[in-house]
Amino acid sequence: MTLSASDFAFVAGLVRRESAIVLTPGKEYLVEARLLPVARQAGAASVAEFLAGLQRRPDPAANRAIVDALTTNETSWFRDREPFTALTDAVLPELVTSRSSNRSLRIWSAACSSGQEPYSLAMSLQQALPAGWRYHITGTDISTEMIKRASAGEFSQVEVNRGLPVQQLVHHFTRSGTGWKVTPALRENITFQQMNLTAPLPSMAPFDVIFLRNVLIYFDVETKRSVLRNVSRLLRPDGWLFLGAAETTIGVDESFERVAIGRTSAYRPRVQVPAGALGKG
Amino acid sequence: MRLILRRIVGQLGFEVSDAEDGRAALDLLAGMETVPNLALVDWNMPNMNGLEFVTAAREDPRLREMTLVMVTTESEQSHIVRALAAGAHEYVIKPFTSEAMIEKLALLGLVPTGANT
Repeated sequence: MTLSASDFAFVAGLVRRESAIVLTPGKEYLVEARLLPVARQAGAASVAEFLAGLQRRPDPAANRAIVDALTTNETSWFRDREPFTALTDAVLPELVTSRSSNRSLRIWSAACSSGQEPYSLAMSLQQALPAGWRYHITGTDISTEMIKRASAGEFSQVEVNRGLPVQQLVHHFTRSGTGWKVTPALRENITFQQMNLTAPLPSMAPFDVIFLRNVLIYFDVETKRSVLRNVSRLLRPDGWLFLGAAETTIGVDESFERVAIGRTSAYRPRVQVPAGALGKG
Repeated sequence: MRLILRRIVGQLGFEVSDAEDGRAALDLLAGMETVPNLALVDWNMPNMNGLEFVTAAREDPRLREMTLVMVTTESEQSHIVRALAAGAHEYVIKPFTSEAMIEKLALLGLVPTGANT
């Protein structure tokens, strides 16, 4: 059974208002599949019944649960590999030179879902940073449920199989019930916090590297632009921005330039040229 | 399980042979003209278990190029460490999704990255 057009419009409107994510028609099956557990949890027999009740009697907690269910994605460790290779092979060596006076790096994993990306970044940094260097990683996600999970650092057997080299598994995790838990040594230096990238962002110290991957694809161009503007304010002028493989700043925000690194690319703020300097060179 | 693995790697273009246990696998390998690129090895098998097979395969110079991946329900840290020490290259714990298997093979350079997308 599939969702009625009006129920779909109700959910799409809610998700759009709360997260700016656009659910286009054709996603009825996805909505139905993701909402069924939420509906069951709420004591409804079906998604239709759950939504009917919610439209009669609004419930912020149920709205939150719907947004959570529709904005989270399954994710693997070192997802797509190349950005992590680019980080350790090209970005870190440069930062190790340019930040040699304070020997400290700040990384932001925006839209970190259940935490695989920030933990993968921590593994990469622990392996690649010279002795005596410190790092701090901030992991944020729109979903409070995901932030809770990421913060707990516990993963099922199925999850640890996905893209995580087994040497890293035995080094950075310990068995916990039927799953695995990250070690305190990997968990430290990571802060998790709920954050909506389309709303005004809280003040944070600027970052050297920002991973903003597979987020922009959900947004229309106006929202993409505003997210990139928000995020770029928190990137140091010589910092690095990583987007998903299907994403780019080109045609959206011209204040970034694209830098090819191996088989992938990253984005850096363009050097601001004073207006008077134009045309002289 | 063998059927599932056969289907997953078959779809990736591998030609697949299978054996009942470690001893049968060594016999099968001895009769092959070309050594396979990859062996997917369960831990619990009669006659010769997966750990013994991995150890034996690592001792055979002819099988040096063959990548060894344990695919097993044995999920204790100590088991994984023993398999790696014996010479296994990767370790996939059941249950797993076909994406997980493909990603592990991509890590090992046996299939191109992103083969599942």
